[in-house]
Amino acid sequence: MKLPKRIFAGLATASLAVTVTACGGSDSSGNFDDTVTVGILHSLSGTMAISESTLVDTEKMAIEEINAAGGVTVDGKSYKIEYIVEDGASDWPTFAEKSKKLIDQDGVPVVFGGWTSASRKAMLPVYESKDAFLYYPIQYEAQECSNNIFYTGATPNQQSEPATDFMYKRSPAAGGDFFLVGSDYVFPRTSNTITKAQVKQLGGKVVGEDYLPLGNTEVAPIISKIKVALPDGGIIVNTLNGDQNVAFFKQIQDAGITPSNGYYVMNYSIAEEEISTIGPEFLEGHYGAWNYMMSIDTPASKQFAKSFKKRWGSDRVVADPQESAYNMVYLWKQAVEDAGTFDDNAVREALVGQTFDAPQGPVEVMANHHLSQTVRIGEINAEGGFTILEETGVVEPQAWNQKHPSSKGYACDWTDPKKGEKYKM
Amino acid sequence: MQLFLESLFNGVAIGSVLLVAALGLAIVFGLMGVINLAHGELMMLGAYSTYITQLIFKQVSFLKPFYDSYVIVAIGIAFLVSGTVGILLERTVIRRLYGSPLETLLATWGVSLILQQFVRSVPLAYASGLVVALFFGLFSPLFISDNLLSGTKSKLIRSCTWGFSALLGVSTGGILSSLVSKLSRSSARNVDVTAPSWMRGGIDFVGITFPKTRLLIILITVISVLVVIFFLDKTAWGMRIRAVTQNRPMSDCLGISTETVDIITFGIGSGLAGVAGVAVSLLGSVGPNVGGNYIVGCFMVVVLGGVGNLLGTILASFSIGIMTDLIGAGRLLTIWPDMPSPLASTIDFFATTSMARVMIFALIVIFLQFRPTGMFPQKGRMVES
Repeated sequence: MKLPKRIFAGLATASLAVTVTACGGSDSSGNFDDTVTVGILHSLSGTMAISESTLVDTEKMAIEEINAAGGVTVDGKSYKIEYIVEDGASDWPTFAEKSKKLIDQDGVPVVFGGWTSASRKAMLPVYESKDAFLYYPIQYEAQECSNNIFYTGATPNQQSEPATDFMYKRSPAAGGDFFLVGSDYVFPRTSNTITKAQVKQLGGKVVGEDYLPLGNTEVAPIISKIKVALPDGGIIVNTLNGDQNVAFFKQIQDAGITPSNGYYVMNYSIAEEEISTIGPEFLEGHYGAWNYMMSIDTPASKQFAKSFKKRWGSDRVVADPQESAYNMVYLWKQAVEDAGTFDDNAVREALVGQTFDAPQGPVEVMANHHLSQTVRIGEINAEGGFTILEETGVVEPQAWNQKHPSSKGYACDWTDPKKGEKYKM
Repeated sequence: MQLFLESLFNGVAIGSVLLVAALGLAIVFGLMGVINLAHGELMMLGAYSTYITQLIFKQVSFLKPFYDSYVIVAIGIAFLVSGTVGILLERTVIRRLYGSPLETLLATWGVSLILQQFVRSVPLAYASGLVVALFFGLFSPLFISDNLLSGTKSKLIRSCTWGFSALLGVSTGGILSSLVSKLSRSSARNVDVTAPSWMRGGIDFVGITFPKTRLLIILITVISVLVVIFFLDKTAWGMRIRAVTQNRPMSDCLGISTETVDIITFGIGSGLAGVAGVAVSLLGSVGPNVGGNYIVGCFMVVVLGGVGNLLGTILASFSIGIMTDLIGAGRLLTIWPDMPSPLASTIDFFATTSMARVMIFALIVIFLQFRPTGMFPQKGRMVES
């Protein structure tokens, strides 16, 4: 099962190289002084392949764009970026194994990779022990701050906190009770702990929470609990994963848990890609919170969507995780150019403080190796996109959440050797 | 009263999904003693058949007016598709492994992996073409007179039927892929079956909302169970199946073609898995892993009910369904709000979907300690026992 995929990936890379040389003409073949090879490590097979392959596509596109614009310039020499794509196969130990291979055997200066928290947790010791650098592009539960990982996705205070605030204060169900639903793993549990603390601060009430074991799609008991806990409507915060969303939204609609009956669902894992799978007819009127939404009406955002469609097909969509993946390739390039070397330690220092005009707007790398970014709340519309309702200013990332009881009062700062991973503020 | 009704309905709804999924397995595992780990994947094929039927009804102009009834057509198609693949599986793999359960278990697990990757990598249009070819290849000899089949030209005729079926299959694949562009590319992405509008929403009755899809699934389950019971109890082939179940060598001696009985039993069991696939596709999304999520529950039902006993299977699935609702939704707390606090906090602890599963498994393990052969152990003088 693994082999054909890898052969396919190899073929794809080879054919891509051919296309690039063929189309790029003199630009790509003649004008570079040298090449640099980076690693891309996502699942290309197994259950996560559907989601993670979109990141591979985006990272390839970003690399091609950089190459077309002259590559990376280090010390007056221009480098063409080449890449090795490895398959994590939706299997967490494989991610660690492939990381070792990329670092030791291929000697890549940087790896772009991962999606699930489990895959990141599996890779973390590898990067720390080898002092290598992983760029991780997904919105996640935070409560982690490694010197060897650069996180370009949102932390909870850049996604769930503004969303909870919106739901409690300004949504049609404002002031209502909360019910929390999620898949049974680390992200929903951590995210919901934070939401519970926040709702309490706001003066609201969480009347119930439940977690569906991964792979289970029997949501009938959860629905009856929601109906007991919220008899007249209220706010549901949903952190279910993947296919479980389909079962959840199909069945709550049948059970009468709909916006027209006063139930509003805020989702943290449903982006444009997922809306088209679940079907907008089940999601219309519910909400989502992201840093990037395809409907952002700026030239940078439109250009990003347009280039992606042009490169990979007109039926494709771009979503928040892809935008994060796109940003991190550019930020790495800028940091390398500023550092004047591909050496990890120098790049790490140069990385903090980098700014980039991302499709979502300006982003900046903070001292805790996370990005400051804009948060948007959108209502899902019948066309399968988001109608953006609110936009925050630029929000600074909290690697250690200030509402979670275990990390309150702590922060992370890698620019100051005395502070480091977790220090008391 | 309202609470009781709601709880009962939920329990029956959860139980009927389990029952329809386990029914086929109860026949294959219960009557034939074959541990078929590919049962979930046969369900998955049924779910994909629903998806393809839905797309065909959406795209083909003369079928469009009947779009609302595609689910009913899908049930028949799913039965045939899963039944055909099941019979092929029996002919090629399981038949060679009768009497060695461990090898069967490993082989069928392998088949389940092959089927999962198959729907990921092969465009659905061509997969349907292949199933059509298999269907006609396997069944067309039944409609040709025996004289022709056993005559001198039998080889020619047999290869002719396969050639004809292959042609049919290729053209089905071609027509489907040109008709519905979605089916012409392979995709690992999960797909979605949307119930026709008359099946969406719920019916309000005495203050409770009964979701229509759940009602339909209960109906499908009831009909499947009645048909299976009728078939096993009232028809000649049903009687032969029961005879072979009870004593294979003796039935063989008495002139029952055990080979044919095996094919029919396995075909029906697999076909029922397909029907379960239709039911499951109405609840969630359809993907390569959809069947795997149900297989553990199916085995749990069959083992709890007592191997080889349909009544046991029915009772087991409904009791698991009702327990899931009672524990998982924390009903006991609603019924008896002021129970002593240690008890209340224990019940509250188990009132989540994950913990309810733990609790139910624990209860089943305890039950099996006292009744190792399930609710209704098989009685009678069996050769094996």
